[in-house]
Order: sequence, then structure tokens, then C-alpha cells
Amino acid sequence: MKKTIVSALGVAAMSVTAFGASAATLDDVKAKGFVQCGVSQGLPGFSNPDSAGNWTGIDVDLCKGVAAAVFGDATKVKFTPLSAKERFTALQSGEIDVLSRNTTWTATRDTTLGLNFAGVNYYDGQGFMVRNDLGVKSALELSGASVCTNTGTTTELNVADYFRANKLEYEIVAFEKADEVVAAYDAGRCDVYTTDQSGLYAQRLKLTNPADHTVLPEIISKEPLGPVVRQGDDQWFNLVKWTHFAMVNAEELGITSANAEEMKNSDNPAIKRVLGTEGEFGAALGVGNDWAFNIISQVGNYAETFNRNVGPDTPLAIARGTNDLWSKGGLQYAPPIR
Amino acid sequence: MAVTDMPSGDEKPKVKLLNDPKFRSMIFQALLVVLLAWLVWSMIDNAATNLQKAGIASGFGFLSTASGFGLNFSPFLEYTSSSSFMQVYWVGLQNTLVLAVIGIFFATIIGFIMGIARLSNNWVISKIAYWYVEVMRNIPLLLQIFIWYKGVLATLPTSKNSIDLGALGFLNTKGLFAPQFIFGEGSGVMGWALLIAIAVTFVINGWAKKRQMATGERFPVFWTGLGLIIGLPILMYFIMGQPVTTEYPTSGNFGPRGGMRVIPEFIALILALSLYTAAFIAEIVRAGILAVNRGQTEASYALGLRPGQTLRLNIIPQAMRVIIPPLTSQYLNLAKNSSLAVAIAYPDLTAVFAGTALNQTGQAVEIIGMTMLTYLAISLVTSLFMNWYNAKNSLVER
Repeated sequence: MKKTIVSALGVAAMSVTAFGASAATLDDVKAKGFVQCGVSQGLPGFSNPDSAGNWTGIDVDLCKGVAAAVFGDATKVKFTPLSAKERFTALQSGEIDVLSRNTTWTATRDTTLGLNFAGVNYYDGQGFMVRNDLGVKSALELSGASVCTNTGTTTELNVADYFRANKLEYEIVAFEKADEVVAAYDAGRCDVYTTDQSGLYAQRLKLTNPADHTVLPEIISKEPLGPVVRQGDDQWFNLVKWTHFAMVNAEELGITSANAEEMKNSDNPAIKRVLGTEGEFGAALGVGNDWAFNIISQVGNYAETFNRNVGPDTPLAIARGTNDLWSKGGLQYAPPIR
Repeated sequence: MAVTDMPSGDEKPKVKLLNDPKFRSMIFQALLVVLLAWLVWSMIDNAATNLQKAGIASGFGFLSTASGFGLNFSPFLEYTSSSSFMQVYWVGLQNTLVLAVIGIFFATIIGFIMGIARLSNNWVISKIAYWYVEVMRNIPLLLQIFIWYKGVLATLPTSKNSIDLGALGFLNTKGLFAPQFIFGEGSGVMGWALLIAIAVTFVINGWAKKRQMATGERFPVFWTGLGLIIGLPILMYFIMGQPVTTEYPTSGNFGPRGGMRVIPEFIALILALSLYTAAFIAEIVRAGILAVNRGQTEASYALGLRPGQTLRLNIIPQAMRVIIPPLTSQYLNLAKNSSLAVAIAYPDLTAVFAGTALNQTGQAVEIIGMTMLTYLAISLVTSLFMNWYNAKNSLVER
């Protein structure tokens, strides 16, 4: 009797302190039937719920792509909105399977958090937004300004570096939620709003009078944004990495969600390999051989998701620029599927 | 008959050691301690092993590395973005303590005024105090912080159209820009003059009490003390050649600059924390006063004391014994509630250390552990002080 109590206590102690999720994320995901994806609390173009409550955005599409690869069904994904502060803990503890939340790839995050970055789905850089009536034309005129930003971001570090390097005085006001930053900037608590430039264009839409605000020309940092997975699970790491690569490869080869079905009859061996009519690439990833076909037909290639969410025809109106294909002068480059 | 065969009175009855209740209880207590120690050790060991397995950095080495981020409020300590994470901790602790101390100061004053006002014979005053208590303590604190911050301070004019408060400076959405005293060379003498004046006032107070006890003659201690405390530093100010100057905020590109800056987050938190806690203190004060027998008041009046004197010399000192223990827990509540600062970007310990620093380093176990121990220490020290004060003021029975 006493023995059972002691051993029960021991088991309880072990389970209470058991840390992290099991290694085989893919098996876990298949068993529970959906991908749990960590996204932002609302950043238009990247991850934002629309009026019907459905999540949309370039980061959301990547998660849908993973679900399409695993289940052949892009809708088998659930989203967890996370603040910048909460995001890594949520991934480390196993609460989410993949973090796709406009997260900058840095050395510290890659090496000390027990996480791995699975590629770059958006090349960004940090910028500044100011009110037009301040008459500021350059970030170098910002000495003495109050700067609003999000806490727990690379933004917070870059802005400190920038103002120190240029010997400018400033006051940082760091909020936890992006919405609070926007509200404080809108109320005049700060003169400057700083975050990734794509984020500035996105958040400007939420201001009372978007036309009264200008994004300054300076870009003060490199912000490669990409999906993140837990370290030590190479199978899952590969799957997320190749989901993004499949979308870029598809754009390069001219495969779109509209023509994916007829492209299956193509004679081009590169297209055949992507669409799974030749080779066994899906099996090696631990999913069906039509994994990339599912991603492309249900979510689209990289150009489609870019244009749908942040491209020139959206309210954000961001040009492809650095996010164009390598063959067109941009940085998006995917290793070949072969 | 052999006497030796008889069991002597003080010899223990012969029972098995295992059945001895004293021994058994000791065994079980020892077992419990061992079990607890093993539990704690296995938790720590488990966490350390699993962190290492997951490839997450651990240890306290990060404390000496540069933080790399800025903070907008540090009234006493030096801080730049090249300061270490340890300095982030100290600045966070400083900001928490500043908030707690000033909050406690105002909460106590407002609480005592409201508590006494609730017992006033004046119907209007007592009703005002009644409604103050009922409204303030029944609205959640976080909501009150938001009301002050977003509802009141955020609606002030922007920095380009600041409200000019004249000698008090400027007020706008970026906070209060007040004039600042600059203490030049020789102003240290004024500080010493102030300390000496306070010490002398204490001595006079003791002497006056003794004399009143002996002769019944009274001495105007209050006015003498006030004159000394204000007069001596002012005298030194002129003798040392006016070393203190004031710096007024001037207008810059982005609104007022210079002078003493009070950020709106701080103002909102002080208002919310002190007004909220004051409502509870008011009730404690009222209860304390009501706990003093009505006969005490009547006896005071019979001795010819005026109502103010009755309250100050007779009722309050006795009520304090009832008031102090619950007052302590209100102080502790206020200190802990100050961590709600994280909601409106005030850089307190929770926000900058358990928030920003944690996120930039990812060392959750160490940072959360340090933060919890710090709050525990703050609460224990406050509690110890109040217990000491309570013991000093408790009824001395002869």
C-alpha cells in the first residue's frame, strides 16, 4: 500500500516535470489529424483573420501547405494566435507544431532556443513610419523622438543599435501586442512607429487616417522571416522546409493551382518530379507522393500566395522586389526537387 | 522478596522500538523530508536534462551579456542599450519599487482620509466616501489602469499642442514635462542642513514631551520643527550662493524636451493602484476606528479634548492595533499588483525582465525563478517591517 503511494508520487513528479514534446512530430500530427500552427495576433497580409473569422496571409498559407502535404487537405490546420513574447515558448513546449509568425531568423534564436528555421518565406527589413505633419524626411532627423514598438522582437534591438550608431536620442515605448502599439502611435504617445517594413504598410491600414502617415525610406536591418520548428526532429524539419521549396519550385516551373492537374501530363521531367508522377520524393519525406501536387493545387505556388496576400493588388500593395525569384533579380531560390 | 525485581517508576515500558509512537513519528517525518528533497532534486535534474536534450541554453551566464534594447524609464540607475541583462534586472526592480512605494504613500493618505470621512457626521461627506469605496473596489484593477491610460491620458492633446501648466511645466500624451532642480556644487550642504534640522526637531520633541509631563507647560514643537526644516536649508541656500537652479522644459522638434519627464504609463499606474487600494484601506480604517469603544470618545470629550484631538491622540493610536495587520496585506497586494504594469508598457520587473529579457535570451527557467524570488523577497520584507511596527504599537500589558 505504502509502496504504491510512493511510486505514484514518483510517477507524478516525473510527468509533471516532463518537458517538451516527443520527437516524432509528423506521427503526432497524423495521429491527431491536424497541424497546430502558431501565427500572429493579426497582421494583415501575413496572418490575419478575415471578416468571417478565417485566417488568411502568406504565413497562414505556408501552414495550409504543410497540412496539404501531410493530409492532402489544406483545411486540416488549426491556428494559435501568439504574441511576439509567447511564440518561442509555445513551440518549445509542444503547444504548436510549427511557428509561422513573421519571425526573423537570427543566430541567437537558431542556436540557443532549441529551434530551427526552415527557410525564408519573406525577405523583410525594418523601417520607420511617422506622421506627415512632423515634416520628417529621413530617419536621421528623429533625434529626441518617442518610438513605439513590440516587445521581444529583433525590432527592439535594431532600433537601439541604429539610434546609438547614429548618436541620436530616443525614447522606446515597448508594448506586448501589435494592436496596442498601433493604438498608442495613433493616440500620439509616440512620434515614430517601427517594425518590419511590410508590417508598417499592413498596420498603417488600421490607423484613423492612413494617408496622414509616411513610411520613411531607410531600411535599417535584414529581417529574413520564416517558419520555425523544434530542433532534433529532422523529419518534420524537412517537411516544413520542402513545403516552402515546393511552392517556389512550382512558380519557377510555371505550375499554378489552376494548371496543376493538366501539368501532370507534362513531358518535362522536373515538373513530373514535383507533381509526383515520377520519383518517390513524398515517401522520403514520410508523406504521400502527391504531396507537392496537393500543396500547389490547394494553396498555390509562391507567386500566387504572395500576390493574393501582400501583392500589388492588395491594400498592402507591396512589390515583389527582394522576394522575386532569383531568376528575376530577387532572393527566392529553392533547391531542385530531384 | 527481591526488591530489584520490581520495575522502577521511571523506567520505560518495554515495547518494541517499532511500536514506539515517538520513534515512529520521527521515522515518518524523516521519510517525508527525504521524499521532498528527492522530489525537488528530481524536478531540477529533470528540467536541466530536458533543456539540454531540447538544445535550449541554460545557466546564468547571460546576465553579464549586453541587453541590446532600450528602456524609457529609469529615475535613478544608469541604463543604455549596452548595459547587461543584470542591469535590466536592477532597473526593472527599481521601477517596481518606485511604483510600489509611491503607490503605497498615496493609497495610505487617500485611504485614511476616506476611511475617516465615511464616519463623518456630515451626511454629504460620508456619502461621498461611501460611494468612492463602493465604486473603486468593485471595478477590476486592470480595467481601472486601462481607463486612466487609454481613456484619460491618451486623450490629452498631442505634444505639438501641449497644455501649458505654467510653472508646473507641460502636459500632453507623452506625459508630464515638469521643471527639474539641478543641484550644483555646494548643494550638499543643504542636504546636511535638512538632516540636522530633522534630528534637532526630534530632540526638541523629546524634551518638550518630558517638560509637558513634568510641568504641564506646552511647547509649539510643530511650528518650531517646521521652521527649522524649511528655514535651515533655505538659509544654507543663500549662504552657499544659490547652488540650486531649475531647468525648464524647452520645446523641441517632437514637443517639450528636458526638465523632469514623468511618463504617462507611470501616472496611470499610480492613479489606478493608489485609488483602488485606498478603497480597501478606507474600509480597514473605518473598521479599526469602530473597534475602539465609544466610551473612549466620550471620555476624551469629558476631559475637554476637541474632536480633532480626540481622533489624533486617543482613537487613532488605539485603532492602529486593529488596522495594521490587514493594512499590511493591502500593501503587499499593491506591490504585487504593480506587475499589471506590463499591460501598458511601463518597464517594471515583470515587463522588462520576465518579459523582454526572457524573450531575447529564451532562458525562461532562470528568469522566471529570479523574478518569483524577487517578488517573494519584496513581500517578506514588507511583511517583516509591518510586523515589527505592529509589535511596537501593540498593547503593552502591565
